[in-house]
Amino acid sequence: MAERQELKVVGRPLPRVDAAAKVTGVAVYADDLHLPRMLHCRILRSPHPHARIVSVDATAARRIPGVKAVLTGQDLPIRFGILPVSQDERALESEKVRYVGDPVAAVAAVEEEIAEAALRSIRVEYELLQPVMSIEEALQEPPDEPIHDRAYTRQPANLHRRVNYEFGDLEAGFAAADHVREDVFFFQGNTHLPMEQHSAVATYVDGRLTLWSSTQVVHYVHRTLAKVLELPMNRVRVIGAVHGGGFGGKTDPFSHEIVVARLAMVTGRPVKCTLTREEVFYAHRGRHPVMMWVRTGVTRGGRITGQHWRTALDGGAYGSYGAASVFYTGTLQTVTYDIPAYKFEGVRVFTNKAPCGPKRGHGTPQPRFALELHLEKIAVDLGLDPVELKRQNFVKPFTRSVNWLRVTSCGLEECTEKVLAASGYRRRERRPGRGMGFAVSAYMSGAGTAIYWNDMPHSEVNLKVDRTGVTAFCGAMEIGQGSDSVLALVVAEELGIGPGEVRLTTADTDLTPVDLGSYSSRVTFMAGNAALEAARRMRLLLVEAVAEKMGVRGDLSEIEVGDGRVGDFSFEEACELATARFGALSSTGSYTPPRMGGPFKGSGVGPSPAYSYSACVLALEADARTGLVRVERVWIAHDVGRAINPLLVAGQVEGSVYMGLGEALMEEQAYRKGRHKWPSMLEYKSPTFVDMPEVETFIVETIDPEGPYGAKEAGQGPLLPVIPALNAALHDALGIWIDEVPVTPEKVLRALEAKSKGQPPRHGPKGFPAVDYGAPIRVEPPDPRDMRVGEELEAAFREAEGRRLC
Amino acid sequence: MNKFDLRLARPYAPQQFAMLNELYRDVQREALRLRVNGEDVEILVPVHKTLLEVLREDMGLTGTKHGCELGECGTCTVLVDGRPQLSCLLLPIQLGRNEITTVEGLGGTAQLTPLQQAFAELGAAQCGYCTPAMLLAATSLLRQEPKPTRQTIREALAGNLCRCTGYVKIVEAVELAAERTRHG
Repeated sequence: MAERQELKVVGRPLPRVDAAAKVTGVAVYADDLHLPRMLHCRILRSPHPHARIVSVDATAARRIPGVKAVLTGQDLPIRFGILPVSQDERALESEKVRYVGDPVAAVAAVEEEIAEAALRSIRVEYELLQPVMSIEEALQEPPDEPIHDRAYTRQPANLHRRVNYEFGDLEAGFAAADHVREDVFFFQGNTHLPMEQHSAVATYVDGRLTLWSSTQVVHYVHRTLAKVLELPMNRVRVIGAVHGGGFGGKTDPFSHEIVVARLAMVTGRPVKCTLTREEVFYAHRGRHPVMMWVRTGVTRGGRITGQHWRTALDGGAYGSYGAASVFYTGTLQTVTYDIPAYKFEGVRVFTNKAPCGPKRGHGTPQPRFALELHLEKIAVDLGLDPVELKRQNFVKPFTRSVNWLRVTSCGLEECTEKVLAASGYRRRERRPGRGMGFAVSAYMSGAGTAIYWNDMPHSEVNLKVDRTGVTAFCGAMEIGQGSDSVLALVVAEELGIGPGEVRLTTADTDLTPVDLGSYSSRVTFMAGNAALEAARRMRLLLVEAVAEKMGVRGDLSEIEVGDGRVGDFSFEEACELATARFGALSSTGSYTPPRMGGPFKGSGVGPSPAYSYSACVLALEADARTGLVRVERVWIAHDVGRAINPLLVAGQVEGSVYMGLGEALMEEQAYRKGRHKWPSMLEYKSPTFVDMPEVETFIVETIDPEGPYGAKEAGQGPLLPVIPALNAALHDALGIWIDEVPVTPEKVLRALEAKSKGQPPRHGPKGFPAVDYGAPIRVEPPDPRDMRVGEELEAAFREAEGRRLC
Repeated sequence: MNKFDLRLARPYAPQQFAMLNELYRDVQREALRLRVNGEDVEILVPVHKTLLEVLREDMGLTGTKHGCELGECGTCTVLVDGRPQLSCLLLPIQLGRNEITTVEGLGGTAQLTPLQQAFAELGAAQCGYCTPAMLLAATSLLRQEPKPTRQTIREALAGNLCRCTGYVKIVEAVELAAERTRHG
């Protein structure tokens, strides 16, 4: 997009548009909704990790006074799942349960307590099956039966998905190396822990279903309700209530959303279901536990010549986003480092645990942790400075990676400079127990492909202008990240008014055109671009009407728009003039990312219209007696392209640093004997105020050519470098490697003990399991200078294909 | 329907009687007079209902949120006689004449308190779900300690979890509000 001369509201640290509602407590979240005659729903969940359902008897529950409806699996037989290839969930299971927490039956009653009591009277007979609780177990043929039907998985053992790609000539890459190193790492799973429990309220009136939900993806919930309830899309309305935090945890359609919808249809009354905190731990869809093996060849000077990855993801009981997650553990390494030959093998397995899915950084924090630490170790091997080793391998702006990912603006160098200078990393005091670590990362500004195949835009905006002012309509979902504020700022900038003057209606499928939702850091880039297009079109209409009134012909650029004025008229007058001139006024904008991926199957995961970049230095103090690690300060620089609102960008960066530290030091979704070890906020440790170090945030602007005003993402990327920076700092402090996340005091002490015994000074996995990844798909790398996208790129592929066939 | 009045119920099987008896055993309703946000409120509630439930469900004060209902996250914090307390662990029958303050008892949109103003200006609320509790805990802190250090703020608010902000902007907002209050 062309850059405007002077930005009036974009780039200023303004309060969010919903700030007053949030600080006064008047914002209405899903569980705050209370409708007349509303019923309360509770869901009966499996107490077993793996079992066949023999029978479900709800007769007694139905007879309890106050119980208005009971549903079992037979009432909701249609399978669903967020990805078209993973339609493996049921709102209520009728044949078997696959994790502790799998939904089996549901009750709607006049009081929540009556519903809860009714659940206890439902008799479910289970036939227990052997639970599969680890990656290693899932790779073996099960003694009784696999977790999912073979007809669905088409895989041996409990495998869900396998991928295997080789880009360029790996053998030649390793042959060119002076030094080759292999390492194994493990990243434990963890969960989003949003402060708000999931909640949904449904009504069914005049054959129309309305669902208010705490979701990140109203459109995908809309599609799922239509499918499972067998209703046409136009009979279903999904409204995103004010949202109490997601981080990826509310990006799937959930059982309770479907259940309250069906209960509303059955009873004719509004029905609400709010999950308990324990149920939120079971809903999960959090960070996959991932085992990783990586082998890298480098020259004596530290230049990477080839890299080979193997990953194994513990997916839990259902598909969720997992078919994409497995790709993401191998895709984005090449967006920070220039790797001339690259091989990636990945597998996702099913286990009898709560399903894993996308959490902030989706599938990339695990390999990012491993990659950064692996390069630190290579630097030690070669006697090189790790920062310089990484730096000489940084990707350059406007290049295409070996796996066909197109990099546009790239602020890796600037980010690195900022954090090195501010932290004094190079001049740091070298004293046992104190250390500093450095790491970088990249993340997508929205996935280049939708989760279901279609040619339609990823984001659409309608703008209405009439004599009362302007309203923007967009399906984008505000989840606290500030998407509403971005929309208001973009429209305000283009129409020359204040953001407070822009009325917004968002995330209501009856009223707003489709936006795919708040996931993959896509909203600022995609909804922002759609809003920009709609606002520019509206601006033209206002200018044209004003020009006519002013008697200006030809070049209309002298009509200035800004500070609440359009030419000689106030904005309000301009709206009236334009309405009088053209009749009812509306404009539309949409954004569709161009085709960017390479000419191979599976190239849809990884491409993004732009990548954000981050660099981080972390300083810590580690106590060799107790193993306790105290993070003192974090310096983080983030290349956001352009900060549309620097206040909100800084908030996203700080929140990412916090969440990264939680994952690095304490957060663990762990299991014992088939059950979640600690499904409560007290036992599941997360950082409090006193655990949080000072954070110095630097916003780097590289003005991306395709982002709105040059903007890229900020919500996920800055989490990524924090975790490896901590492990690198710990090595700096104590000379030990913790090749596993989280870094608990126990692991620190074990590594120190190994060190004192003269063993390798590390704690981490001993090896990587044998996995049959199948035959690789071999892909010719692109010309690194080839920046073509869209129709141009497709034409080139067709031409190449034609040549191949000749 | 009054769920505790079994006379209204249809006839049902003996085992259901047993279950309902178990559920409602010893349940009493108590007429209570609470003082909430400076107003006297009369309510008739089962004695086992928590203050959180009574505020949200019987009084419509949904500004008070909940994250666990087990006293673990701090999200349901209200002030009782000016001190932060977890409303999910309090029973209204314990409270008698104590002064209860919820977020609705702070400034409204027309007249934000300095803390609310600072939270709004600095982006200390993202999803906003923990915000009412944070504001109340911080209000209590600033009343007792008008010039808190950063560490004092952190310790005073350490019982309140937030997953969005990393606490950074919340600490800054409390500092700003304290400064403005002292100089305002």
